[in-house]
Amino acid sequence: MITDFEILETMKMFNEQHLDIRTITMGISLMDCAASSVEESCDKIYNKICRYAGNLVATGEAISRKYGVPIIHKRISVTPISIVAAACGAKDYTPFAKALDRAAKTCGVNFVGGFSAMVQKGYTNSDKVLLDSIPNALAETEFVCSSVNLASTRTGINMDAVRDMGVIIKRTAEATKDNDALGCAKLVVFANAPEDNPFMAGAFLGVGEPECVINVGISGPGVVKHALEEVRGADLGTVAETIKKAAFKITRVGELVAREASERLGVPFGIIDLSLAPTPAVGDSVARLLEEFGLEECGTWGTTAALAMLNDAVKKGGTMASSFVGGLSGAFIPVSEDEGMIAAAKSGGLKLEKLEAMTCVCSVGLDMIAIPGDTTAETISGIIADEMALGTFNNKTTAVRIIPVPGKGVGDSVEFGGLLGMAPIMAVNNASCADFIHRGGRIPAPIHSMRN
Amino acid sequence: MTGGKNTAVISVLGKDKVGIIAKVSTLLADNKININDISQTILDDIFTMIMLVDLQDHEIENSDITEKLNALGEELGVTITIQHTDLFDKMHRI
Repeated sequence: MITDFEILETMKMFNEQHLDIRTITMGISLMDCAASSVEESCDKIYNKICRYAGNLVATGEAISRKYGVPIIHKRISVTPISIVAAACGAKDYTPFAKALDRAAKTCGVNFVGGFSAMVQKGYTNSDKVLLDSIPNALAETEFVCSSVNLASTRTGINMDAVRDMGVIIKRTAEATKDNDALGCAKLVVFANAPEDNPFMAGAFLGVGEPECVINVGISGPGVVKHALEEVRGADLGTVAETIKKAAFKITRVGELVAREASERLGVPFGIIDLSLAPTPAVGDSVARLLEEFGLEECGTWGTTAALAMLNDAVKKGGTMASSFVGGLSGAFIPVSEDEGMIAAAKSGGLKLEKLEAMTCVCSVGLDMIAIPGDTTAETISGIIADEMALGTFNNKTTAVRIIPVPGKGVGDSVEFGGLLGMAPIMAVNNASCADFIHRGGRIPAPIHSMRN
Repeated sequence: MTGGKNTAVISVLGKDKVGIIAKVSTLLADNKININDISQTILDDIFTMIMLVDLQDHEIENSDITEKLNALGEELGVTITIQHTDLFDKMHRI
């Protein structure tokens, strides 16, 4: 028998603590959409996505209604386009992005991820074309997200690609400068990119994935924060236990929604992504949750320790609640999308270097960070290289989604609107790393990658 | 309240006033929804009523019961929500 207390607790999670399912993401394989002409391939892509995902939004809304659970996003991830487009021999893949964009629009989803390439060990000809197409593709589409995997623990770091992505991020910023470099908010580079990630901008469907699959991303920093408010002053063992219990409940909602979506759509259930995902709304912030540990402001000493513990306890509670956990599964610390992070960055207490340290113990890396528009491509590559090293050498996923905003400098801020939020421009160490970046080549895989 | 049954939790939160239970019950009866259990309490000065109902052949997502309850809630100045019980079972039971 469910008690009144449990029912009221649940009501409060939804009404006051912003509990929601962040995304139902349908992964669709486009392997069979390769063709010798761009037009034929794009037609196949459009038709296949619409055929599989036509009911995705309506299904999400029906489930939301049945359980009274907000489901914020319905999204699509696809096979990396560098693989799908390789056979057509085109020199520009923008038409593929446009086909994805059209399909997203028809299906009513708000993002489609997979304008992507996996180049951790080197480029195929098609990978080169894809990377070169990113700035234009993101400028000419609305819903397409792009990601590039530059490194992995098994392969090391492709520093040629790290160098090139610095330039491509700058070009993307320039191509979308009328929208404050919005294109860069839809472009992410990874080390150890997960192939079943439901979250944007990094979602794509890896080659080992099924024909079609449902992956679900949960949310809920507000719920965990509220739970911690009840144990103020208690020791950290109690804090860990409290987080685990809250994470269990949150994940069970995700599991329920994922199973039901899978059944209704006739598509297998893949994974639940156990990531605490913030929004710019007050009360839905990971930074404020960290402050609840007893920190005056996110970014001060103790922040990394608190984040490490938070991330670990969420996973422990979450894995108890669902047998299939995957994706990024770690607390998100995007600056622009988190009200507390924005405040800490504005006050100057939260710096880029501290954010980098924090990414050692959570999954997403330097995320949604606005930097001065005159930051050089080499410096951006240097930031990426450091983050790739953290992921590669610590056997984890890390990423960089950084936005050099043309014409803006430290003290300015940039407004993306909606869930992408707003970001103060953060200061960057500008001492040159150009000679290092221009060496090129590969950073060999770490010794502990050799496990066979 | 076990999984597989087509039951729902209806919760009413807000300021207490005359006739809340009567009006919600009438609405449910008119829509052929049977009340299995009902409890009410004042929590943090908020009137809280929780009903466990048998939906019979209703599917929450395909009926207008949500809209009807919302409209009644507005009329009474309270918040009324309906949620399938599977949600609560999943969240609070291993």
